[in-house]
Amino acid sequence: MATLHTVNKSPFERNALESCLRLAKAGSSVLLFEDGVIGAMRDTRFSEKITQAMGDFSFYVLGPDIKARGLNDDKIIDGIQVVDYNGFVDLTTEHDTVQSWL
Amino acid sequence: MENGEGVVKKFCYINRKAPYGTIYALESLEVVLIAAAFDQDISLVFADDGVYQLTKGQDTDGIGMKNFSKTYTALGDYDIKKVYVEKESLEERGLSAEDLQALKYEDEDDDWAEKDSLFVIGREEMAKIIDEQDVILSF
Repeated sequence: MATLHTVNKSPFERNALESCLRLAKAGSSVLLFEDGVIGAMRDTRFSEKITQAMGDFSFYVLGPDIKARGLNDDKIIDGIQVVDYNGFVDLTTEHDTVQSWL
Repeated sequence: MENGEGVVKKFCYINRKAPYGTIYALESLEVVLIAAAFDQDISLVFADDGVYQLTKGQDTDGIGMKNFSKTYTALGDYDIKKVYVEKESLEERGLSAEDLQALKYEDEDDDWAEKDSLFVIGREEMAKIIDEQDVILSF
């Protein structure tokens, strides 16, 4: 079991996602929620960085936060798994620890 | 510019944050609607993550927050007819004008014809518009 890293800030606004990707150990999971879901969008200035990090991490994004911002599932980078709140809970229980990148 | 009722100043509201994650977007909208009652010359600017405030199809049922995106379409009724979106901010987010709500107003000087009030403009034009303002409020 590994660590679940959560990021709730937009990569355009803060460097939380970049710090997370820099300091998380390979094999960890990364869950993007709240404004963090912007990091899961394809064709942004950060998409390439996420795609490259997929070799090391499993990425998840919280669906309700995507919908709230008018961003459809087809705008999400391939390979990022969309979860709901129950999925969020499952992820926290499946991992040993949760590291929140605020 | 003076008229009988007082001075009309150019007010600009700069919106740079995504909606729902922070309270900035909603607060800005509230202040804009209040200020609209004072018949000032209002411009709204959306840049950086602020462009996400205007996306169409927002559905907040899943996060238990009020969906205030429909309020933007009512801005025309408050005589707010200059909404500027920075083109470069859209592009670096993989978005285009297609992803945004259509904002309109009815032109009283043109038989109430419905006209666009949202303009996607480039960085240089945006800088010029911001520079022309008397008052700038940042959100």
